[in-house]
Amino acid sequence: MKLDGKVPPGPLPEKWTKYRSSMPLVSPSNKMRLEIIVVGSGLAGAAAAASLGELGYSVKCFTFHDSPRRAHSIAAQGGINAAKNYFNDGDSVGRLFYDTIKGGDYRSREANVYRLAEVSNNIIDQAVAQGVPFAREYGGMLENRSFGGVQVSRTFYAKGQTGQQLLLGAYQALSRQIAKGTVKMYNRHEMLDIVTIEGKTRGIITRNLVTGEIERHAAHAVLLCTGGYGNVFYLSTNAMNCNVSAAWRAVRRGALMANPCFTQIHPTCIPQSGDYQSKLTLMSESLRNDGRVWVPGKKEDAKAIQEGRKTALDIPEGDRDYFLERRYPAFGNLVPRDVASRAAKVACDEGLGVSPTGLAVFLDFSDAFERYGRSTANIKGIHNPDAATILQLGQKVIEDKYGNLFEMYEKITGENPYKLPMKIYPAVHYTMGGVWVDYNLETNIPGLFVLGEANFSDHGANRLGASALMQGLADGYFVIPYTIGNFLSKDIKTPKISTDAPEFVKTAEEVQARLNMLMNIKGNQSAESFHRRLGKLMWEYCGMGRTAEGLAKGRPLVRALREEFYRDLYVPGTMNEFNPELEKAYRVADFLELGELLMIDAQNRNESCGGHFREEFQNDKGDAVRNDEEYAYVAAWEWMDTSKDPILHKEELTFEYAELKTRSYE
Amino acid sequence: MKLTLKIWRQKDAKSKGGFETYTVEASTHMSFLEMLDVLNESLIREKKEPVAFEHDCREGICGACSLVINGQPHGPWAKTTTCQLHMRQYKDGDTIVVEPYRAVAFPVLKDLVVDRSSFERIIQAGGFISVNTGQPQDANSIPIDLDTASKAFDAASCIGCGACVAACPNSSAMLFTSAKVAHLNMLPQGKVEAQQRVLNMVKQMDLEGFGRCSNITACEAECPKGISIENIARMNREYWAASLGSEKIA
Amino acid sequence: MSWFIKFITSSLGQKLVMSLTGLFLILFLLVHLLGNMQLFRDDDGYAFNAYTKFMTHNPLIEAVAILLYIFILLHSIQGVALWLQNRRSRGPQAYAVKVTKTTGTNSFASKNMASLGILIFVFLAIHMGDFWWKMKNGTAPVVQYEGEEYQDLYTIVVASFQVDWIVILYLVAMVGLFFHLLHGFQSAFQTLGINHKKYTPAIKFLGWVYAILVPLLFAAMPIYVYFFK
Repeated sequence: MKLDGKVPPGPLPEKWTKYRSSMPLVSPSNKMRLEIIVVGSGLAGAAAAASLGELGYSVKCFTFHDSPRRAHSIAAQGGINAAKNYFNDGDSVGRLFYDTIKGGDYRSREANVYRLAEVSNNIIDQAVAQGVPFAREYGGMLENRSFGGVQVSRTFYAKGQTGQQLLLGAYQALSRQIAKGTVKMYNRHEMLDIVTIEGKTRGIITRNLVTGEIERHAAHAVLLCTGGYGNVFYLSTNAMNCNVSAAWRAVRRGALMANPCFTQIHPTCIPQSGDYQSKLTLMSESLRNDGRVWVPGKKEDAKAIQEGRKTALDIPEGDRDYFLERRYPAFGNLVPRDVASRAAKVACDEGLGVSPTGLAVFLDFSDAFERYGRSTANIKGIHNPDAATILQLGQKVIEDKYGNLFEMYEKITGENPYKLPMKIYPAVHYTMGGVWVDYNLETNIPGLFVLGEANFSDHGANRLGASALMQGLADGYFVIPYTIGNFLSKDIKTPKISTDAPEFVKTAEEVQARLNMLMNIKGNQSAESFHRRLGKLMWEYCGMGRTAEGLAKGRPLVRALREEFYRDLYVPGTMNEFNPELEKAYRVADFLELGELLMIDAQNRNESCGGHFREEFQNDKGDAVRNDEEYAYVAAWEWMDTSKDPILHKEELTFEYAELKTRSYE
Repeated sequence: MKLTLKIWRQKDAKSKGGFETYTVEASTHMSFLEMLDVLNESLIREKKEPVAFEHDCREGICGACSLVINGQPHGPWAKTTTCQLHMRQYKDGDTIVVEPYRAVAFPVLKDLVVDRSSFERIIQAGGFISVNTGQPQDANSIPIDLDTASKAFDAASCIGCGACVAACPNSSAMLFTSAKVAHLNMLPQGKVEAQQRVLNMVKQMDLEGFGRCSNITACEAECPKGISIENIARMNREYWAASLGSEKIA
Repeated sequence: MSWFIKFITSSLGQKLVMSLTGLFLILFLLVHLLGNMQLFRDDDGYAFNAYTKFMTHNPLIEAVAILLYIFILLHSIQGVALWLQNRRSRGPQAYAVKVTKTTGTNSFASKNMASLGILIFVFLAIHMGDFWWKMKNGTAPVVQYEGEEYQDLYTIVVASFQVDWIVILYLVAMVGLFFHLLHGFQSAFQTLGINHKKYTPAIKFLGWVYAILVPLLFAAMPIYVYFFK
């Protein structure tokens, strides 16, 4: 199979504009007759469904939640990037493009990234018009802050709840279309398969999660906006119900899974506290604007802290190792996520960790308290303020900026972060890999589109902070409404697709058979317990540092676990009712296949880049070493059945504008 | 620590439910939902049906989790969702009563899961700004006073969990509805259709069968996001002003 | 007028009726209290009976009185209707454990406005039957001051307030009124949409003062008569 990215010709900065104005259109009267299914209603899904509804298409939107507002986009904390250059600090579309390509370690498609940077500004305009209450300055203008991997301030934010506010904006736009009748919303419906007729995706099979009913839904095109697969690691910052099933079902039907080993480990999460733990909680990257990361310089101090004999406050300034500032002076605490995560791992591996498990580093705000305290005292005209006043004023500034994060930290850990520095550790957060799509966001199956985190396209091997919201909304608001016309303009003569077509009947039967099979294993172990075990395998053999040897060991273990799953799974309850355990079961079944593919992909990629760190490929400083000669390609995998190895298809990445350089943040 | 749990079990919307008693061994570091996970895991081992409850992000922002814990929606901690409630709160030997939200507009679907789609319809009635994708002008062309922006944000931080309805002795949805009305109506972008919005949303809220607000303020006390009843006052005045002072009708 | 019916029967319209009638009744209570303070004068009821005559013979006050009766009924009927609606909204299944925390108001009062209202209504019926009815149908005795005839309400009041159960009823009702006002006073402003960082604390303070002072002075009347007359 030859993979065609369908990147339009012309100079990079003009590609999208030219392409957009030369794309085939669909007339308003035809739009009404054309049906589109949108699966998922997070940022990408809600934005797409709303925008397509506004255009006049007949849209059906599905979510397994009880409301689109629950999608995990809601949990994004820090912000959204845009090249507005409101701060006159030298930002531009070109620079955002370059930062994103470089941050992604040169493993993404140039044209996609440039387009993303180009539409970033429209997103901010759109969101503000929808009433998204972004942070502002006294003059009423929008405020910005800095994020990792960049040297300008281009991140727009709404306290630590930017994802929530943007999702609610998209959700409200979607609600407006639902009220108008252009979008029909199916809440508590989970997609279990896609239906392909004559090589084109023409519908989906869903399960009504309340009644258990298997339903068939037809359309001219299907959009998957179903998020990432970080939960393959079980413990991640993803929501409990995030899963790969929709995307994986498409892969099982012939779509390609691209770069699955590109998983992002976020440096600032609350460390795990016990085996019962169900998820990890992220502390926004924005905290690294003001917090300084350190560990004790001496092992005996670290040991004393681990054993509870000392606290951070007992370590004198001279005995602290601010290792990010030391190793990466140019970017300091604001290095990209993969770099910061690995540096924390290195420190902990050396025995310098600061939690009872030895797996945590400090994120310290005392300098920020001091700095902000002094400047506030100045503004307030307090001369010669005492230390207590400075601390109090400084803490107030930090509270205004990150109050909700500090509160969240205290609730979870029971420790007051205003008194003691936070303890943080890296955790799985985002997946750059995903279903392979071309420039139109269309998969290799015509009529099947994938948007947002579920596709692989824009972030390469590592995503920069505040770019996930940008990509989800760009895909939904500003890309798919145009590019879907390419496909649908050829389909205007196709009548309404019937759900009685034999392909629908057959696929529905297959779905039903699969559920029957899972119900009838009647073994002894819960789906959740398999999921936990899978997560442990993935983290151990395919986590922050990977080796060929470990991956070779891990893959058969995943396969063995999968066999055990099909032998010993127990699903309580029945199929025809609200049954969360059955939902878990079919989602875990898909993770058990994806997990294997992830290891295969990681083993195939003999280089370190971005979130994929192969320990064999590092320099003497412990930084990643890429291999552009052999691996400047997208690894798109065709999944056969479980008895055969998946087939690798390569999309070569060519870089005309960005010069391939070793990433340096020093 | 050992805890006794009295949990509401109900097969589906039509069945009659009742309390069942369980004991569970929990650690103080667990979250409340992780404690329920442990219970469910042990029920599954005994081949019994686990307790159905809604949850997702487990970081207090998606609004999926609910539960009335010993008489309080989201449990005893102020400004905290159930998923962020930690077992530090309890001690060995405690009995915890766990019930679903109670309101006719939130029918029970199973065990502790309720149907909150009435909130969806309230938003669909007017909880948006009518702007199509691609229409807007530059974001900085609308300066917004800092206090207004921050008040709008506070109102907009509602997570739609429904604790306000569950806490209200009248099962009123005023805090939820008013938070959205206030968020949009106080911003310049939302002013254009402010009057129609408040009329339509209140109408839908009434149709859903929620109770009438009598300013008990239990909603504000239990709201995990600390949303203020100032928003209710705003909705009240905007509603009568729109009803009596404009030509618009819902 | 259909738009008006729609407005006034909407949830917020109904609440507005409660608020406005409530505020009117609050105002009435104050006027009523000030007038009745004549009872404390040591003049064998002259001032009190003169005040009674003024109140029953001034056409403007007569008109306002009719408005008052309507508002009392409206406030009561609407209140009961809202109470029934709210019970329906809660549904048949009550919470096994219920804690009602509140933020800016007395939780006992705010939760029990309907019960307190019914208590006050029952009291009102007995109160009016005792005094107002006797005045209206002319069964009250007559006294003469300086040749002019007055209905002697004073004697009726003094007689009533010698009866133990009536005094107790008045005291219980005034405790009920205290709680009803405690929540009702500030609640009326919130319903009107007045919630302001600068003014609401003052409204709440005034509400407290009013809720304590007015029932207390009313309660002082039967106590004064019972012990000193």
